[in-house]
Amino acid sequence: MPHSHIDVRYVANLARLELSDDEVAVFQPQLEAILRHAEALTRLDVAGIEPTAHPAPVFGRMRDDVPHQSLTPAALLQNAPDQAQGQIRVPKVVTDA
Amino acid sequence: MSISTLRQQLLAGETTPSAILERLAGDIADHDRQIGAYLCHDLESALAEAAAANLSLPLGGIPIAIKDNINVLGQPCTCGSKFLSENYRSPYDATVIRKLRAAGAIPFGRMNMDEFAMGSSTENSALQTTRNPHDTGRIPGGSSGGSAAAVAAGSAIAALGSDTGGSIRQPASHCGVVGLKPSYGRVSRYGLVAFASSLDQIGPLTRTVEDAALILQAIAGFDPADSTSLDVPAPDYLTEINAGVKGMKLGVPREYFGGGIDPGVRKNVEEAIQRLAAQGADIIEISLPHTEHAVATYYVIAPAEASSNLARFDGIRYGHRAANPADILDLYKKSREEGFGPEVKRRIILGTYVLSSGYYDAYYGRAQKIRTLIRRDFEDAFQKVDAIVSPVAPTPARRLGAYADDPLHEYLSDIFTLSANLAGIPGISVPCGLSDFDGGRNLPTGLQILGPHLGEAKLLQIARAAELASARPA
Repeated sequence: MPHSHIDVRYVANLARLELSDDEVAVFQPQLEAILRHAEALTRLDVAGIEPTAHPAPVFGRMRDDVPHQSLTPAALLQNAPDQAQGQIRVPKVVTDA
Repeated sequence: MSISTLRQQLLAGETTPSAILERLAGDIADHDRQIGAYLCHDLESALAEAAAANLSLPLGGIPIAIKDNINVLGQPCTCGSKFLSENYRSPYDATVIRKLRAAGAIPFGRMNMDEFAMGSSTENSALQTTRNPHDTGRIPGGSSGGSAAAVAAGSAIAALGSDTGGSIRQPASHCGVVGLKPSYGRVSRYGLVAFASSLDQIGPLTRTVEDAALILQAIAGFDPADSTSLDVPAPDYLTEINAGVKGMKLGVPREYFGGGIDPGVRKNVEEAIQRLAAQGADIIEISLPHTEHAVATYYVIAPAEASSNLARFDGIRYGHRAANPADILDLYKKSREEGFGPEVKRRIILGTYVLSSGYYDAYYGRAQKIRTLIRRDFEDAFQKVDAIVSPVAPTPARRLGAYADDPLHEYLSDIFTLSANLAGIPGISVPCGLSDFDGGRNLPTGLQILGPHLGEAKLLQIARAAELASARPA
């Protein structure tokens, strides 16, 4: 049974989102109000009802397996905030041994 | 001026595509400062396209304004967000842009919107305020508020928007223009920045119903680049558009006329329905019994999908990157903190919560099942009626800033539009007269017409009849 408490900072961290204390203070009551409204869903009997993930009857269509022109490396790199040697540069992701 | 009128003038040699563009650029320079519909426009590149325009094509020489979440090669695509406003340029054209150009149209102008299409007022744009041309102290609606406001103000001939829970229909209603959300799968979303992938559709905002049909004709159809687009040929949307509503069964859902609806909106919508009855439509009261659960269902599913779709904005490949991060995790978290506005953060947190372990079944799993019930409500209704008629929004345009700290209140105002997205069916908003509201005078109201999946041709036919009847003096 859900309840309308949400640990905003914990969930934001799951979403890789840093929040200021002010933002947590504003979001906390707003998100709780939204979740209280959503609690009405838990009072409906949905036994035996199939879920709808997608409103049109098309699933997992495969494209034809033929070669075609893709975007060039230059086009893909043009928006990268930091790049070097034809690659996107990021902070070090492995620690020293 | 409508597309069809301009097309006649172009074919008669009375104007040229370049002259139309120059006039729009003049209108933008003179008047858009008061409205704020355009984020930017590139007259030079549009004039180059105009010089090569093929007037024999159905939209030959017609400029179309583009919501700023649809990619046009070489142009900005900010999605109304700081995250993408610094230096992003689209590396490719969305399929709808290729199709518009193939029909002769010229994409011109980037239209303001709620950040990542999250909102119903365009106040969630991080970049600028857009005002309603009918009363500049009021919202234009949203999220396609820039598109609607420009068409209403005359600074755009027609525009593309996107609709995830009403984001084409509601701003169209608030600004007094026509807005069409096609069926899920009717129009390719390749190149539309994804918000909620099981709900999003691209569609036109226009001055007339016929113009909406012209644009839908150009953009509809299967696209191998969008696996959710349907491999079903589009019919000719203009053949039957003037065939009228005689003998058609139109359903009026009693759940859409309850408390909370503004008396002026109710009166205008009821009179519009009466005018359709006077033209021979059969008006039948129907029920969509799960309507009361639609807002909660939508605001579980849409944020869940958004939280997943917006994971791509991590500061690595494009968009904002925070300076001097301690490590890669810090880069992600700070870039997102700095780049996203409050509504986007709220929805990412909400979506992450309803998908998280322990809450998934209670919220997201349940919402998907209730979505089935909402979809069945419409399937049952369309056994009895050809289309459903209702208000678009519970009130005319509200004042700017009215719901600033109350997102739930704003969400509740989407009640009449978001069920169509949950069910995947098409919907159109057509102006149905003016009304006073909350100190505002003569504000536009809209009639919504909903049809069965892929039923756009009949929807346009009914909307055309409503448009003609509303133009006639009572």
